[in-house]
Amino acid sequence: MKIEVEQVEQIARLAHLALTEEEKAVYASQLSAILDYFAKLDEVDTAHVAPMSHPLALEIPLRPDESHISYPRESILANAPDREGDLFRVPVVIEQE
Amino acid sequence: MELYQYTAHELRDLLTSRQVSALDVVDSVLARIDEVEDQVHAYITVASHPARDRAQQIDAQRAAGAGLPPLAGIPVAVKDNLCTAGLPTTCASRMLAERHVPIYDATVVARLQTAGAIILGKTNMDEFAMGSSTENSAFFPTRNPWHLDRVPGGTSGGSAAALAAGETILALGSDTGGSIRQPGSFCGVVGLKPTYGRVSRYGLVAYASSLDQVGPLARDVTDAALLLAVLSGHDPRDSTSVDAPVPDYSRSLRADVQGLRLGRPREYFGQAPGAARGAGLDPEVRAPVERAIEQLAGWGAEVVDVSLPHTEYAVAAFYLIAMAEASSNLARYDGLRYGYRAGDDGVALHELIARTRGQGFGAEVKRRIMLGTYALSAGYYDAYYDQAQRVRTLIKHDYDCAFELCDLLVSPVSPFPAFALGEKVADPLQMYLADVYTVTANLAGIPALSVPCGFSDAGLPVGLQLQGPLFSEELLLRVAYTFEQNTDHHRRRPPLGRRT
Repeated sequence: MKIEVEQVEQIARLAHLALTEEEKAVYASQLSAILDYFAKLDEVDTAHVAPMSHPLALEIPLRPDESHISYPRESILANAPDREGDLFRVPVVIEQE
Repeated sequence: MELYQYTAHELRDLLTSRQVSALDVVDSVLARIDEVEDQVHAYITVASHPARDRAQQIDAQRAAGAGLPPLAGIPVAVKDNLCTAGLPTTCASRMLAERHVPIYDATVVARLQTAGAIILGKTNMDEFAMGSSTENSAFFPTRNPWHLDRVPGGTSGGSAAALAAGETILALGSDTGGSIRQPGSFCGVVGLKPTYGRVSRYGLVAYASSLDQVGPLARDVTDAALLLAVLSGHDPRDSTSVDAPVPDYSRSLRADVQGLRLGRPREYFGQAPGAARGAGLDPEVRAPVERAIEQLAGWGAEVVDVSLPHTEYAVAAFYLIAMAEASSNLARYDGLRYGYRAGDDGVALHELIARTRGQGFGAEVKRRIMLGTYALSAGYYDAYYDQAQRVRTLIKHDYDCAFELCDLLVSPVSPFPAFALGEKVADPLQMYLADVYTVTANLAGIPALSVPCGFSDAGLPVGLQLQGPLFSEELLLRVAYTFEQNTDHHRRRPPLGRRT
């Protein structure tokens, strides 16, 4: 599986990663080599095998629907890269007309 | 002998009989950190003042005659992907190096606090627990205390190195594909990955949620059992933690393997399974592991030849699943609410997020996020992710068949002893292939343990891996204990002193 730089750009876009030109070239070659190795799984006949998503057969538990006191607003905001009053400050999401 | 050299169970006896105080113990370990940390680099954060304060609290409780919990006054190092309230939790990533001081404790950390343990600090690791050498830390690589030019293994390399160097008494690690066992093996300490669900993952920063498990690292099996008992148990905050009784693991420690059937997986002893480039089992690992198996046979165990036929597909299946889960779990890092944020020169939100992630994550993390994204993307899902999950079923089935023929499996942990810093960083695939003996336990969810079983010619530790059926921790501990009681590998310490 040969991964071209254009494909790396497409994957990086899906993954929300801004890469440098140098990184794109390195990842194109490394991803190709690793995916070639992963293709080894094609050798295994799994037509009659069910996929396993989890090691334990767990039931999905339901918790009681009770209210709890949450963490103080100030302690949550203490790690904020940027804030305005009690809000997280972020760039404009929807441009105004 | 200095206090930092003792095991937790020895210190507990000294503390109970009032021969030493908790502050004596903490000060001894802090002095040792001061002595050797500039060579080992095991810690990202050392919490000296909180640790000393806590020791004084414990000593006050002792003086008041209060009944003491099981780890009262015992220093523990915590891997830096476990949330600690008020103490930075970085995952060894630029993404969380600043502005990530958690407001809550991981459940395992809260359990340590309740048990009277003293949190010494946060240990170095591969960024977001992705790697096999602790070289992927955004801060600095950790050195192997046995040979400072070698890696300590990874990803819990800081925890394993701190134990071997005498910079802590107990340590917590996390194991997604061998990250407790392999550094345990490389540094000559005991490391145990519990059954999936045995220990709560609440507050463990997620890498691959169906594979991650927190577990103990310790200088002997008795200490590992002591720590496992504190960590284990159901947690309503982790819906994948199992609501099953926690055995008294210390009671399983009896030196007796009479009649036990030890399975020797033949695929683990030949050409390294799945190796594309002819990397086999290093004779320097094979020799001590084979000798350990012979010794166990000599003490009454029966060695059975077993096969795990899908072993050669394990690395590919494991990495596809781990990367797919990682690409989803790490989507949360967007630089908006905590942690790193790229320079904001009026760019749009989506561009700020992409820049933040591009700059905040290291090379290996980005590699895995991209491969995971690719494996889950339209048109490739069936060929990669779905196929890997089907192979996972076959690997689980291999174990089920093997455990009909034997009680547990004995094998190497890693194909080779600790390698040189820089030796494998240029070739990520080579690094992945080294995990071939450890990743299958995570895929199947079963418990596995590494116990020191000898040394290479260059004096590097080698571990013996024991793997058992789901919830067979008592059996693994018992066999490891038997081995340890009859050998003295675990008593050797690296020759490490203050740099002159």
